[in-house]
Amino acid sequence: MTSIDLQQILVEANVGEVLAKLDCDLVGLAPVKQRIREIAAFLVVSRARQQLGLESVPPSLHMSFTGNPGTGKTTVALRMAEILNRLGYVRKGHVVSVTRDDLVGQYIGHTAPKTREVLKKAMGGVLFIDEAYYLYRPENERDYGQEAIEILLQVMENSRDDLVVILAGYKDRMAQFFQSNPGMSSRIAHHIDFPDYSEEELLTIAGRMAADMNYRLDAGAELAMAEYIAYRRQQPHFANARSIRNALDRARLRHAGRVFERAQAGGQSTADELSTITEADIRASRVFGRQEEHSGRPRSEAE
Amino acid sequence: MHITQGQFSFLPPLADDEIRAQVDYAISHGWAISIEWTTDPHPRNVYWQMWGVPMFGIRDGAAVLFELQACRKACPNTYIKINAFDNTRGVESTVMSFIVDRPASEPGFGLVRQEAEGRVIRYTTRPYVTERPGGYSND
Repeated sequence: MTSIDLQQILVEANVGEVLAKLDCDLVGLAPVKQRIREIAAFLVVSRARQQLGLESVPPSLHMSFTGNPGTGKTTVALRMAEILNRLGYVRKGHVVSVTRDDLVGQYIGHTAPKTREVLKKAMGGVLFIDEAYYLYRPENERDYGQEAIEILLQVMENSRDDLVVILAGYKDRMAQFFQSNPGMSSRIAHHIDFPDYSEEELLTIAGRMAADMNYRLDAGAELAMAEYIAYRRQQPHFANARSIRNALDRARLRHAGRVFERAQAGGQSTADELSTITEADIRASRVFGRQEEHSGRPRSEAE
Repeated sequence: MHITQGQFSFLPPLADDEIRAQVDYAISHGWAISIEWTTDPHPRNVYWQMWGVPMFGIRDGAAVLFELQACRKACPNTYIKINAFDNTRGVESTVMSFIVDRPASEPGFGLVRQEAEGRVIRYTTRPYVTERPGGYSND
């Protein structure tokens, strides 16, 4: 009876480190982390089985990430590439992120070379197709997207050990996409759904984002942020972590304006003041004003 | 007649894994890679057909193998070579060039004599395949 040291594979690949990093770097997303843990375990086991000669065909690794905008799909794709790279399932571990525009051409004969170009760049790594459902446009039967899908399918099948494809997009539209492209659906082994963040998670994210940029929310600002999140979530175009990032960016602008004005008036600012976002910076957001007038009016993300 | 030219001409034909290893070496230096093919293997023939545009910005040899397979399929029984280009001097200069595929049968070269002024004789070589464009092997 041959035995194999799973521990050895784990240590060599250093997957534990990536998983631990994933756990502590990303707020929330418990089901996603769980799935990635499962996939990593599966890959380690299948590597061991391969070494024992129990498995000859490499597992299919193409994935689909579904979820609302700003739920961390791209970030997780980067981590996934790292895990796959460490376990030796992709040789280089880089991520090529594309959308429909990068794959589909504008005239007859333009699509195939364009798609192949992208595929070649992604070989040895991960091809991340954001908003993949745009590839298929049922309303226009002459749409070139279908051609891109066919080339994609062919490469996904034939060059399995050269690249891993991750499709990402909104859940319902991806479901529709898979329904109309059964070939695509059957070639994707792992479907991972990204849940929305809760309000507490968003607040933690805001704190971390600020810390990453060397800013600090003071106590008042934190309260204001919590309120902001509660309001903002109910408004249209809410994009989870991305909306928080935008809110923080705007708060930084106001903060900078405030510090600048004081400097012009001849005042001095300490390092602490330069890095503290106060309640006023966040309360000045239009989200608060809007809320009192009439809630739920459509507004763009950029406001 | 087994015609050789360029790099590795002293070695037996490279297997796909060996080709990939060479390509990975080129990629690790940041060189662009192109695939070219021809039916005329004359050493002075510098005008080989390009198989697509040179590949810039690829990260792995698999991409070149992918194109090579496509080229083999589309142009069977031809000479196929892989070139690598280094642009550090501001121009894309060829730094690697080796044959990766050849026809099943290679008829070789004929010697052509030309009687010139006086008793001068000029010699030139001519590949037999050029008598039958498309080559012998496709018959």
